[in-house]
Amino acid sequence: MTNNKNRRKELCIIISFIIASLTILPFGAEAFSDQVIQKGATGDDVIELQARLQYNGFYDGEINGVFGWSTYWAVRNFQEEFELEVADGLVGEKTKEMLERATDYDKEWVHRMIREGRKFTYYGGTPKEIQKGPKGSRDSKQTDQKEQDQQRNQGEEPAQEPGQPTEQPGQGEQPAPEQGTEGGQGEQPTPEQGTEGGQEEQPAPDQEEEEGGDPTPEEEPVGQEDDDVDVESAINVPEGFSDNDIQLLSQAVHGEARGEPYAGQVAVAAVILSRVNSPKFPNSISGVIFEPRAFTAVADGQIYLEPNETSRKAALDAINGQDPSGGALYFFNPDTATSAWIWSRPQIKQIGKHIFCK
Amino acid sequence: MIRSIIIGVLAVALVGTGYWGYTEHQEKNAVLVRAENNYQRAFHDLSYHVDLLHDEIGSTLAMNSKERLSPSLAEVWRITSQAQDDLGQLPLGLMEFSETEEYLYKIGEFSYRNAIRDLEQEPLSDEEYETLQALYEQSGEIQGELRNVQSKVLKENLRWMDVELALASEEEPLDNGIINGFEIIDEKVGGFSEVDFGPGLAELTTSSEDIAERIANEEDISEQEAIQKAIDFMEQNNNYDLNNANITLSGEGLDYEAYSITIPDTQHGTNIVMDITKKGGHTVWMLNERDIDQQSISLNEASENAKAFLEKNGFGDMQLVDSKQYDNIGVFNFAGLMDNVRVYADSVVLEVALDEGDVIGYEGFAYIENHDEREAFEQEITREEAEERLNPNLEVMEHHLAIIQNQLEEEVLCHEFYGVINQDTFRIFINAENGREEHVEKLANAEPVYRGD
Repeated sequence: MTNNKNRRKELCIIISFIIASLTILPFGAEAFSDQVIQKGATGDDVIELQARLQYNGFYDGEINGVFGWSTYWAVRNFQEEFELEVADGLVGEKTKEMLERATDYDKEWVHRMIREGRKFTYYGGTPKEIQKGPKGSRDSKQTDQKEQDQQRNQGEEPAQEPGQPTEQPGQGEQPAPEQGTEGGQGEQPTPEQGTEGGQEEQPAPDQEEEEGGDPTPEEEPVGQEDDDVDVESAINVPEGFSDNDIQLLSQAVHGEARGEPYAGQVAVAAVILSRVNSPKFPNSISGVIFEPRAFTAVADGQIYLEPNETSRKAALDAINGQDPSGGALYFFNPDTATSAWIWSRPQIKQIGKHIFCK
Repeated sequence: MIRSIIIGVLAVALVGTGYWGYTEHQEKNAVLVRAENNYQRAFHDLSYHVDLLHDEIGSTLAMNSKERLSPSLAEVWRITSQAQDDLGQLPLGLMEFSETEEYLYKIGEFSYRNAIRDLEQEPLSDEEYETLQALYEQSGEIQGELRNVQSKVLKENLRWMDVELALASEEEPLDNGIINGFEIIDEKVGGFSEVDFGPGLAELTTSSEDIAERIANEEDISEQEAIQKAIDFMEQNNNYDLNNANITLSGEGLDYEAYSITIPDTQHGTNIVMDITKKGGHTVWMLNERDIDQQSISLNEASENAKAFLEKNGFGDMQLVDSKQYDNIGVFNFAGLMDNVRVYADSVVLEVALDEGDVIGYEGFAYIENHDEREAFEQEITREEAEERLNPNLEVMEHHLAIIQNQLEEEVLCHEFYGVINQDTFRIFINAENGREEHVEKLANAEPVYRGD
């Protein structure tokens, strides 16, 4: 009997050792990948950077995975505060080391919050439960399964972190257990879904509207567990353009020039942008594209087709300044164009099937 | 019996088809009328706005008090942009009606500039007054012609849908009341050439005209040399199939002559395309059409590659001023650097693939257009003095000296400040000679992904 008990005890100890080593080892050993993170970057490292900077109060913007200006200033301030030699805004070896030492990061939790489209903050010392908003409280990209291409951080599974009390004292529902391991099952007390949806970022950790009761468990499809997916909830956009502008432009490119060589597609996008800048045409992308009789793809509805990756890339290239058309304002297909007027325009060049002219 | 059943069924079918056809017809008519209504509305709005424009310019002429003049000029500017908007909605598409649009644009710019100017300090000059006078007369003429077309449309019940059909049928000569009317207007406007709109507007030059002017005195290069230049310009590797390189010369539409070169990239099975000017052999732009695989290098590494690429091609001092990652492509903006002063006019854009780290895109229109030996600018105002002119709420984070083009397209030396107000980052240029706030812009934040649900 006693023997048996002892053995069981032994077993317990061994198991707990194994568990401990499993949970502790990966942490600290690897967190950031070893890239130097620069302004403009996107991805998991940026999420971690933002979360860590928010943890110690340097960053109070949204954790969205895009290294924009506010992240940049946060990095700079951090570097100055800790007297790293150069406050250059580049997150290199030293800065990362410093950050890792000064802050904790619960990757699983942060990623899950982003995936679930919650508005949340990540301040050290504040219980996480009161930092997350209701599901869908900010618009965000749901797990984009097709982009499972970031294998860099595989194998990392930070579990519960010390100093991060995850339960809410005195609120009397399940004490939010093992955030890391259970993967989003039933612990969130959902305060009326969507009531405060769409509000702008409120970084303040004082969102204590959470109600005590009503612990409706939410079934999250397991399988969203995979945390190697791109979870950024934002993207870079060129100065002066929105993502929807890019989308509209790529639809026009797709409708007018799919199947053309890539340079030809960029050229079509460039023609639209040249028109926007020209005093002779309307002043917006939508104005130019939907100008009556300007584009056949608009007239026959092909503009409503779903654009592919290539046309989107072409649109982006053109917005970033690329112009294979040489500043053309018109283009036409010589096989189908019958207008004498268009033939009278001074031609610049032919790319694929299209002739571009001034 | 069977026969009567068949007859019955057919009769029902016939009636059914008839009814269906009738409703279809009704619907089609409804759609046509709706489209026509949109055109009519844009047209009558246009004519109304030109009326207003004429009156408003007229009242500026009669004004003497400066306080009233500014709002009135601002009103002119607002009306022109509305008129432009109306024009953009009419199905004139391919018809040459651009003179009128350009003319409206110029009136708008002219009135805007003078509206925002401090007329107490700097009243309208005699020339500007004459310009206004001329604009008043000309807008009157346009107004008259438009009224004419309008009354014709109303009296004869002309339809814009017919204009569309006439333009689509391509029958020459076009004989349509509306089209003829608009052609007359455009011809008239084309004749209004002698108006002095002031510097920067008199002739709107395009970037390709500027490039043509800039390289006018350089040596021509041959096709062979152009291909050699193209190869030198790109990354050094042996995957370019030179035997199948294709080269053509641009047509007359381009203000400068350029070779368009296509070189097959055998490693990726795609093409590299670029334009090289015939005079001087400058690369205008370059694109590698290949698909990009998964990201394997960081944006930072890619920016180093971009810098190395510029150095290799002898760009001299360039500074990275912005970098952005779009999926697996890094886009880098570089500005020229002269004695530690950023020269924004000399900018180039590079694209680097984040899989192999090679440069897949280059764009240097501005660089060719503007890069030149510059004389050093005098700095009259110190950074501290300039900082005093900033909005006190702005927390300054970064400072540079920079040369930018101001609204009149002159190059000026400025203090460039990056600062933060609340969550937003702003860039502010303070002229280093006279302390004027030349340019203020809010820099883009990352855009949240809107899922649309």
